[in-house]
Amino acid sequence: MSEEDEFELEPIEILELPLDAWHRDKGARMVEFAGYHMPIQYEGIMAEHIWTRENAGLFDVSHMGQLMLTGDGAAEALEALVPGDISALKEGKMRYSLLLAEDGGVLDDMMITAAPMGLYVVVNGAVKWDDMGYLREYLPDEITINNMEDRALLALQGPKAVDALKRVVPGVDALYFMEAGSFFWGPKTDPEPLWISRSGYTGEDGFEISVPATHAKALADQLCAQPEVKPIGLGARDSLRLEAGLPLYGHDMNPELEPVEANAAFAISKRRRAEGGFAGSDRILEALANGPARKLVGLSVEGKMPVREGAPIFVGEAQVGVITSGGFGPSVGAPIAMGYVDAAHNAVGTMLAAEVRGKRVSITVANLPFIPHHYHRKGANT
Amino acid sequence: MTRYFTEDHEWIEVDGDTATVGITQYAQSQLGDIVFAEVPAAGATLKKGGDAAVVESVKAASDVYAPVSGTVIEGNDALEGDPALVNSDPEGEGWFFKLTLSDSSELDSLMDAAAYQAFVDGL
Repeated sequence: MSEEDEFELEPIEILELPLDAWHRDKGARMVEFAGYHMPIQYEGIMAEHIWTRENAGLFDVSHMGQLMLTGDGAAEALEALVPGDISALKEGKMRYSLLLAEDGGVLDDMMITAAPMGLYVVVNGAVKWDDMGYLREYLPDEITINNMEDRALLALQGPKAVDALKRVVPGVDALYFMEAGSFFWGPKTDPEPLWISRSGYTGEDGFEISVPATHAKALADQLCAQPEVKPIGLGARDSLRLEAGLPLYGHDMNPELEPVEANAAFAISKRRRAEGGFAGSDRILEALANGPARKLVGLSVEGKMPVREGAPIFVGEAQVGVITSGGFGPSVGAPIAMGYVDAAHNAVGTMLAAEVRGKRVSITVANLPFIPHHYHRKGANT
Repeated sequence: MTRYFTEDHEWIEVDGDTATVGITQYAQSQLGDIVFAEVPAAGATLKKGGDAAVVESVKAASDVYAPVSGTVIEGNDALEGDPALVNSDPEGEGWFFKLTLSDSSELDSLMDAAAYQAFVDGL
């Protein structure tokens, strides 16, 4: 017996989410994603996508990590690893932020909310274990990291999400975009507190609901009983976010790229720009000042043939970039993509070519998002 | 006319030494909404098992293989304007290409409708 044999790895088990049986009952086709069995589609990606843009779609995103950071100075400590102004976050407000490696590379993107107990952080499912390890290593021991594995996460997205949800959970319509709070749901004699934010990943108005896993099925059933709501799979989640110009971690962002290259300079708060002092801040602030060597941009595609992740981007014979997300945009009615393009060729309107199966396809650098966002912003005219 | 099927979920309807090729109802249901199809040009030479056409859903691109060797007579131009024909009528109007068979003995290894149904039921 050789030494290697003793260390042979067991096959990695694909895990089940709290709503696994619920998805199968609803006719979902399940696929493996981020280590879990997840619904890719129910009736079809195109129909589910359009339904969400016009009504409300219910997404099970329980694979994502829900972390609670507690302890004195948690916000200040976290600021060493993210470029946002976390210590200025008022209770009930949230920010989009990025977990940074020591060299400024993006380890994950995340939502950070100032909750009454501490900082509520939602991270990507595929890298949540790495994130927790990294946070544990770099945060002081006084800061506790609680992985709330006993909670499911549901997203209700679309222009009618507010109408459906306020019927089930009174009062949620008081939230504006990027605000969150605790709301009671269920019988008055035995109500269940839910943590709800007005946020999402589709470009539409909508909510994300953290619910105890034991109650996830009852909540999903009650939401789907509303006439505006249908369950929506990961396939439409991907096409919706691509139309909204929102990056997918592991595809449009990775540890080799810093936030300015990743078109996420908006996540670097004003005070942090002035003060620096976060992981990789020298490299990141240099990219902010002088412009990054390459940048994530939107790309419109001529014709009907989609260009997919991995397709090289050319000007003449010179490769100047690569596609990182690409597919068909059901609401756009045409193929769309995002990719990294060198600084000399990434101005909006620049004509480029992507290579697909040995053929060149004309693409043009486009403004993001492809479909305007419809967020319920405070102070906006609605 | 006889219709044969492959394990890659193509159908081929043979009439003398010419044949029409498409993907099966099962294949379209697995792929989902078709947004683009690329069919071979007339005159193209195809080898059994080689790439013949491409079909793309919202999510992904998939190859359509040549069930037998031959020379393409015609690609289905209707798919360019209406790729969703592959969803609505995969084993009829949603055909991909017609070809002249170069070796009809290659048909012997393909499945008939009953064998293909049993194959799909076992998936």
